Amino acid sequence: MKTFKIGGVHPAENKLSASSPIREAALPKQAVFSMFQHIGAPAKPLVKKGDVVKVGTVIAEAGGFVSAPVHSSVSGTVSKVDVVIDASGTRRQAIFVDVDGDEWEPAIDRSPELVRLSDRPELDAATIINKVKEAGIVGLGGATFPCHVKLSPPPGSKAECVIINAVECEPYLTADHRLMLEHPEEILVGVSLIMKAVSVEKGYIGIENNKPDAIRLMTEKAQAYPNIEIVPLKVKYPQGGEKQLIDAVIGRQVPAPPAIPISVGAVVQNVGTAFAIYQAVMKNKPLVDRVITVTGKSVSSPSNLLARLGTPFQQLIDECGGLPEDTGKIIGGGPMMGKALLNLDVPMTKGSSGLLIMRQDEARRAEPDPCIRCAKCVSACPMGLEPYLLATLSDKQEWEMAEGNDVVSCIECGSCQFTCPSRRPLLDNIRVGKSTVMGIIRSRAAKK
Amino acid sequence: MNVILIAVIVLGALGLVSALVLFFASHKFAVHEDPRIGQVSEVLPQANCGGCGYPGCSGFAAACVKAADEGSLDGKLCPVGGQAVMEQVSTILGIAASAAAPRVAVVRCNGNCENRPRIAQFDGATSCRVQQMTGMGETACGYGCLGCGDCVSACQFGAIYMDPETGLPVVDEEKCTACGACAKACPRCIIEIRLKGPKGRRVVVLCNNKDKGAIANKACKVACIGCGKCVKTCEKFQAITLENNLAYVDAEKCKMCRKCEEACPKGAIQGFNFPPRKPKTETPATESKEGTTPSNEQTN
Repeated sequence: MKTFKIGGVHPAENKLSASSPIREAALPKQAVFSMFQHIGAPAKPLVKKGDVVKVGTVIAEAGGFVSAPVHSSVSGTVSKVDVVIDASGTRRQAIFVDVDGDEWEPAIDRSPELVRLSDRPELDAATIINKVKEAGIVGLGGATFPCHVKLSPPPGSKAECVIINAVECEPYLTADHRLMLEHPEEILVGVSLIMKAVSVEKGYIGIENNKPDAIRLMTEKAQAYPNIEIVPLKVKYPQGGEKQLIDAVIGRQVPAPPAIPISVGAVVQNVGTAFAIYQAVMKNKPLVDRVITVTGKSVSSPSNLLARLGTPFQQLIDECGGLPEDTGKIIGGGPMMGKALLNLDVPMTKGSSGLLIMRQDEARRAEPDPCIRCAKCVSACPMGLEPYLLATLSDKQEWEMAEGNDVVSCIECGSCQFTCPSRRPLLDNIRVGKSTVMGIIRSRAAKK
Repeated sequence: MNVILIAVIVLGALGLVSALVLFFASHKFAVHEDPRIGQVSEVLPQANCGGCGYPGCSGFAAACVKAADEGSLDGKLCPVGGQAVMEQVSTILGIAASAAAPRVAVVRCNGNCENRPRIAQFDGATSCRVQQMTGMGETACGYGCLGCGDCVSACQFGAIYMDPETGLPVVDEEKCTACGACAKACPRCIIEIRLKGPKGRRVVVLCNNKDKGAIANKACKVACIGCGKCVKTCEKFQAITLENNLAYVDAEKCKMCRKCEEACPKGAIQGFNFPPRKPKTETPATESKEGTTPSNEQTN
């Protein structure tokens, strides 16, 4: 069975919510839409206090090419455009909407009927990309990179295949898994749309073999799509990383930055994104909701919720049986790459793939010991870097040497820190080094 | 005998040739350095801290000599050596050094455990830069001191230390040379290199919070809420400006009347090194950590 070649770790899977079907979360009383739900330029608000919006109304336009518009996920009245403290504690501009009923934009097709690509032969690449852009779709795996940018390869590069990331290598999260079990056909149509948009003939869907039911179902359904191949992958973290997935599925290695996946001919999209693209193109539905896993060992009913964007996290937790008493930490995202939340009033965004509630006994990190030079981090690093060295260089502010040791290649997967027997905060330091070095590189490029 | 003679002659000839090569090379490739650079360098403190803005003491010496040739030493100051060293430099170069007002590092945050409740616990690497990357830090104030002591490790002079009671850095004014290393190390730009003021007296807004009043007030008891009362009080001297919900006292314009200190409803403005006041109830602060007690209160 295929997998990526260098490094990787095996955290406990803990897929507690794998058997709980996706259910719709209740509408919030007030929805908050951050203007920073994607990587790139922030969206620019188009509405003002008192405006009436419906589900699917554009409330903010894209602030540039690498940006995405934001749609209201609820119907009601705009109460204010103000600053909100987001999950990481940063202040961000946001639009607040008081919810009143559930009225959708009439153009949106809400019927569950499947629309196949053969039903819409008039669709061409430009139309698909434009629809995706207008629908505000971003990478739903967590990186939130605007989708239309990935679908428009830079001049000089040629896409050869589309790889769909259905790996879900983060422990605990099951949102993509459930989506595949419940909407396999829609996903396959979505993949065909992506393939058409970048005009390639081959599509792969990579699924880790800890989801045998999904592999079976998708393989069965994919028989009607001869160009799409389901690739079962050996379980290993971080297989969901773009570069690792390309290595695992087609055996090509993406060179160090500034090379991007398209340099080796691959376009990688998340399975949730494929579903969203299907909805946007075939059903005219912008990105207003997504599946989020709310889980944790003490949560009374770990669930996969189809929740509207802008719903406060507190409400999602309440739907899954409330906050357990022994809560020590709440993480937005998965346990490996997610970020701890400072408060629960923060709204769900396009990139919210999970909400993990950790118990007190698992929440705190242990005190670090000195490095024992065992080089476990070196063997674990999926990018072939030397984490112990990069961490030290970042700590000592040796930016030039950190750059020379390729700190910018770090994908921040956290495998080094996970595997360290001395429990050293390796990634903490590497992140500082990476962002500083990237800043230095940017300013150097600006000077030229 | 013959063998010894040959060896002596060969080695002697080799030595002579090498000496000639070296002699001509040293003349041909001689680097002429102004002897004054060496002289100036000698009187400098050799801390190589970079506080003057030049790469080390020799860099500063070269810059001083160049500036003297151009006719003025304006803007050249060794913060470590201060006025005394600059006078020596001016004697060597035979040109008057500009009078430089001594400066000192000021920590513009008074959010100790009592004033600024902790709302979270950070258990990552003990470094302000790391904490700043993860987000807000342990309190609800996104602008205040993170308390991991990056400034302390940046200081070469041992002039700044963390107060274990308040969790804030304290500057030792005697030792501080105003080199600015701590200010650079602080990811939140809390530390300001300020004019020391006459007799070390100065009035400072001890806050860096640029949030709107309501949010700032919630995060910290002594936060500047941007109400502008101090600005009104100082109408006569125009020393206080309000920008981004944060007041700032201009040290050059400040007349040390301390009316703003009384006017501030949050106690965010503090005077340093003033003699105790008689009629008022409170004694003025002599250090930034005035009136704090250790507290273990931690809300979750």
